[in-house]
Amino acid sequence: TPSKPPGTECDGRDYPLALHSPTGSRSFLERGLLLLVMLIFLEGTVLTLGAASSPDISAQDNTGGGHDRRDDHRGIAGSHEHTNYTYTKKAFPVLSLDYHHIQVPFEISLWVLLASLMKLGFHLIPRLSSIVPESCLLIVVGLLVGGLIKLAGEEVPPVLDSNLFFLCLLPPIILDAGYFLPIRPFMENIGTILMFAVVGTLWNAFFVGGLLYAVCQIEGTYLSQVELLPCLLFGSIISAVDPVAVLAVFEEIHINELLHILVFGESLLNDAVTVVLYHLFEEYSGAGEVTPMDVVLGVICFLIVSLGGIAVGAIYGILAAFTSRFTSHTRVIEPLFVFVYSYMAYLSAEMFHLSGIMALIACGAVMRPYVEANISHKSHTTVKYFLKMWSSVSETLIFIFLGVATVAGPHAWNWTFVSVTVILCLVSRVIGVVGLTFIINKFRIVKLTTKDQFIVAYGGLRGAIAFSLGYLLDKDLFPMRTMFLTAIITEIFFTVFVQGMTIKPLVDLLAVKKKQEAKRSINEEIHTQFLDHLLTGIEDICGHYGHHHWKDKLNRFNKKYIKKCLIAGERYKEPQLIAFYHKMEFKQAIELVESGGGVKLPSAMPSQVSMQNIQPKKLPPAVAERALPQFTKGREEEIRKILRSNLQKTRQRLRSYNRHTLVADPFEDGWNDFLLKKQRMIELEKKMSNYLTVPAAPPDSPTMCRARLASDPNAFYNIKASSEGVPTIQVDLASPQSPDSVNMLNEFSKRGATDQGLGQREGATRDEDQGLMMKPSSAGKVEKGEEDGGNKNPGLMRCLSDPGPSNEDEEDEPFLP
Amino acid sequence: MGALQSLSDEPEYRELAEKTGFSFEQIGILHKRFKQLSHNEDMLRRADLNTIPDLACNPIRTQIIEAFFDKRNFHQNGDGTVEEISFEEFLVVMSHFRPPALNMTEEQREKVRREKLRFLFNMHDTDNDGTITLEEYRHVVEELLSRSGALGKETAKGIADAAMLEVASISMGHMEPDEFYEGITFEHFLKILKDIEIETKMNIRFLNMDTTTLCNRDSSSIR
Repeated sequence: TPSKPPGTECDGRDYPLALHSPTGSRSFLERGLLLLVMLIFLEGTVLTLGAASSPDISAQDNTGGGHDRRDDHRGIAGSHEHTNYTYTKKAFPVLSLDYHHIQVPFEISLWVLLASLMKLGFHLIPRLSSIVPESCLLIVVGLLVGGLIKLAGEEVPPVLDSNLFFLCLLPPIILDAGYFLPIRPFMENIGTILMFAVVGTLWNAFFVGGLLYAVCQIEGTYLSQVELLPCLLFGSIISAVDPVAVLAVFEEIHINELLHILVFGESLLNDAVTVVLYHLFEEYSGAGEVTPMDVVLGVICFLIVSLGGIAVGAIYGILAAFTSRFTSHTRVIEPLFVFVYSYMAYLSAEMFHLSGIMALIACGAVMRPYVEANISHKSHTTVKYFLKMWSSVSETLIFIFLGVATVAGPHAWNWTFVSVTVILCLVSRVIGVVGLTFIINKFRIVKLTTKDQFIVAYGGLRGAIAFSLGYLLDKDLFPMRTMFLTAIITEIFFTVFVQGMTIKPLVDLLAVKKKQEAKRSINEEIHTQFLDHLLTGIEDICGHYGHHHWKDKLNRFNKKYIKKCLIAGERYKEPQLIAFYHKMEFKQAIELVESGGGVKLPSAMPSQVSMQNIQPKKLPPAVAERALPQFTKGREEEIRKILRSNLQKTRQRLRSYNRHTLVADPFEDGWNDFLLKKQRMIELEKKMSNYLTVPAAPPDSPTMCRARLASDPNAFYNIKASSEGVPTIQVDLASPQSPDSVNMLNEFSKRGATDQGLGQREGATRDEDQGLMMKPSSAGKVEKGEEDGGNKNPGLMRCLSDPGPSNEDEEDEPFLP
Repeated sequence: MGALQSLSDEPEYRELAEKTGFSFEQIGILHKRFKQLSHNEDMLRRADLNTIPDLACNPIRTQIIEAFFDKRNFHQNGDGTVEEISFEEFLVVMSHFRPPALNMTEEQREKVRREKLRFLFNMHDTDNDGTITLEEYRHVVEELLSRSGALGKETAKGIADAAMLEVASISMGHMEPDEFYEGITFEHFLKILKDIEIETKMNIRFLNMDTTTLCNRDSSSIR
């Protein structure tokens, strides 16, 4: 018989409660239904999670058992249904307490709430979080919570259950990592990463497992009953670097990109090795003999697991990209596709015991460029927020659950086994990294220095994946399961606490290069691209096909065929540099808003260089000005009237509530307005005034401001309203080609006071119209008529109507600890 | 063809190796390639490089080819362009793309960095006046976008202007309206690209072993 899974333990605890808590006044029917509901809940969440032994068989057994029992109760309930009517009627319960009805979701919510509150709390104490990594604090919280539950006399729930972990907690973190994976450094270092992930993990597993077995055979350790295969299994569980732990620690130390991607990439890609080794050793622990044939099968299995995982992920990724091509009319469900397709990729991979982690990574990485080009800016923000939110909650929960699971026990502490495990893990990691780097450095262009090797070795943190894998072990097949679990927990605690806490001071001490926080400038982008082409060209001249050559080929292929299929509209034609430029323009528009519309007089800004400073003095500004078509005052007024009445209509239509589209909010209008304003400003800047300047970095960091804005559209609107008083822009909107606006701007300083008044009035009228939706296309058309800056319109308008989300990393910062 | 010579003139190779830092094997392979490109002549002309099929779709092809005929890249304090280059000059230009050594002092690293950036700078500064002017920068961006049709051409100017504006505001700080920013000097160039770790990026893997014509060489050495 399969071992009693923890789910049933929990169930058993609830049973008597459920039977007793409804007072005698309750009818049997009610009680029966209650049990039924509860069992359904438990079955959905807890019972299936109790796959303690080999997952395939026992999980089925459990659900089978659950069904049986539910049927029993249905039988009982049914039988009572008949007898029930013969009883006398009781008073109708006006208010009744029915906790068990909501117990499971309620407790889940409680856990999530606890996790979020903890996360919130730590950031309120900046001093604490600067010394101790958040992951450590969370584990401590988990220990405390577990202790409290135990003190209260309750049994600690099996929170870090394997199914819960692998099906609910892990995917968001991995998807987040995969979706925002920095592809470029990842691909540039793929060889090194694979070497560490595959060879390194294999080495660790066999080194730790083998030596542990040797130690166990020593007389006096009382461990002689431990066999070789369980030892190797243990080694393969404990040897894999954990992405969750690595992410949590490495994001706090801000290490340079190369080291980050090396350690993190390894932690992601070693999943395939772990999966194969785990299943292999688990399989043979029962059978005993391992033949050379099995080794060959193992290698084949590894290839299938890893490549299959990637293939499954890529297929779903392409499907997601293709789907997002057609979502332009139902923007609200756009983000959902990203999540659902990825989760299905993960589940599909897990179904065949392929590497789910690799599938998720592949799915996220494949879909991202195409999805980003297709979905709207808001959807992109939503995707980003949701991914970050889910992953950070999951991460927090995992660490808390680790603490709780530690308290929950059972433990079998064996000094020799535990200490040897910890020492061996350290030793094997160091030897593995140093040895592999020695080989890798022969092939790398940029060699790994000793410092780098140290950080890579020291950053090899273990985490909850190891624990969950250990938890999955069958108690009957592995009598040492409890000891293994204790050793795994100790190793996790050791790496997370000792290594996680000391790595930051060590990084400072060794003066390891840190990550550059500066945002990417247009010059860097230009030169990165230039360099790419240059290196490809030099390789071609050298006559051998290297890294750059193939990358170039792939890019070309992507541009020519794939983008065309997966990206809607004309955007696939857009080269990277232009896309970058549009994003930058977009960002600048926002910064302009931040700095109060950019019309606070130039003197208020720290550094200015205006266009005319760099422009070779060829065109006298007056020429451009004269080229403007002239309007009479009356005609201008007429146009304005027409425009306004049209806008009014639009407003009325848009104001009605629609469940499937977003109501046009002042935020959005403000946004569009600002893009227009910004554009107008650039044009004017070019033509004439030397007062208008390029917006310098706003006092607040753009990220923070954006975050603030996003959370409170009204704040945005206030800024907008305050800048409304500026005459130039105001008039421009109504009649873009009015010479009046130009004049106003020109004599801005002189007529400031009067114009301000006029602007205010204008602003007031427009305030009424705030619900209206500027039609970017038509506005763009009007402006297109102009010379000079007019040619920028299509791009900017495209940005405006369907702004491609940018991949700026700094935007992610508010979420990171 | 070239293999016969490549193994024979060792002393010449030693001199080249000292000058450029390539290994003998690498020089051998590059020499063979040089001969192949120049159709077994001693000098290489622009037309020879222009006919490389893989290079045909490179948007900055002309700049790359010009770089090989630019005297500033020959380490000889000359300027202007030449019509044809010898193998030595070919090798010197190539040596700009050599990966740096494992253990470098900060000074050495800075030197490598400057050297590589100087090469890039020279590619942009076509008239050799020490600055990249707006016109020159526009040209660079236009070339970069030359494969993307009319759309690219239109935007290129805007991008170059924005980039120039950025350089000016980074390197000059405040400027009076009547001041004029001449163009990017090399110092400014270093400054704006300080975040790109050029010494780790501008590298090519030069082969130590000739994989394409391994059989050829074997047969020739037997002969």
